[in-house]
Amino acid sequence: MAKFGKKSNTTQDIPTAALPDIIFMLLFFFMVTTVLRETDILVKQKLPKAAQLSKLERKSLVSYIYIGEPKQSSLFGKEPKIQVNDVFVEVDEIIQFVNQEKDKLNEAERDQITMSLKVDVEAKMGIVSDVQQELREANARKILYSSVQSVDI
Amino acid sequence: MARKNRPTAEIPNGSMADIAFLLLIFFLVTTTIANDKGIAMLLPPKPDPNQPPPEVTKNDRNIFKILANSQDKLLVEDEPLTDVFELREMVKSFILNFGSPGEEGVAIYNSLPSSMKAYSSQVRRSDYSDDPTEAVVSFKADRGTSYELYVQVLDQVNAAYNDVYGERVGLSAAEFLQLDRDDPVQDRKYQTARDGIPRAISIAEPNKIAN
Repeated sequence: MAKFGKKSNTTQDIPTAALPDIIFMLLFFFMVTTVLRETDILVKQKLPKAAQLSKLERKSLVSYIYIGEPKQSSLFGKEPKIQVNDVFVEVDEIIQFVNQEKDKLNEAERDQITMSLKVDVEAKMGIVSDVQQELREANARKILYSSVQSVDI
Repeated sequence: MARKNRPTAEIPNGSMADIAFLLLIFFLVTTTIANDKGIAMLLPPKPDPNQPPPEVTKNDRNIFKILANSQDKLLVEDEPLTDVFELREMVKSFILNFGSPGEEGVAIYNSLPSSMKAYSSQVRRSDYSDDPTEAVVSFKADRGTSYELYVQVLDQVNAAYNDVYGERVGLSAAEFLQLDRDDPVQDRKYQTARDGIPRAISIAEPNKIAN
């Protein structure tokens, strides 16, 4: 029975001195990767799936246009709407929006502005092509159909 | 002369980890790892009102026509197609058809790896393109076509082009997309792959009146 009575002499403490450092490291990682959302998205956003995606090269040149059925359909109806920044806009206001976005950029970079279209899968092509016509009119020709990576077939 | 036993100025650091944890949890919750990926496209310049729209002078066989109606049904080269995923292979064989190549076409054909030459002669059809420089994929959607189908079709056509580009330099379509153009070695590969074969995808304006 004496076998079990033996007490081991090793201490059972885990050294916690480096704990704050580890936590700080994680903290910095998340601080760096975080993008605080600037806009409240007022439309449904279920992006389509696609396999052949390219990455955006320069974030500063990108503006976003959201299209989809409003989340508050009792207030705004069920028809897909266009949202830029924090508000709904009509199709003919898009040129103005593009020009505002272009004004924020350097003169040399204005032609390289990229519009990222975040369109809900349930939207129809009618509204999307209306937006595209306006973008052509506003000379913002680089567009990106934002989509989710699907598993490659 | 100064008093020696001044209490040492120490900040208690026992709760440091707690504070860091609090911040960490805040950032964990607010983080949305942005997914800014998508299918890139370049819209055509706006039409000049003083000039009539350009005449289509291309041979009919050089245009691969895809139509989508408001019921999300596809008409490809005047025949209905039910499975959108077949498009990739169809477009690929359309681009690499070399029906009656011009001078540039012959040069491109000679630069292809042998596997692609074999593929080309295997799938050759008289009603497909003359050579890749002439080939155009035209896609016309109706106003009532769903965006989901539109993206799927674009994805398939892009996949076909990426297949072709990738295969020229011995990569898969996915690997071709991963090429980093800031790196000179990879950029050269990219240029070789793209050389002579334009990504000619034409998106027609939808009809004004939905049918």
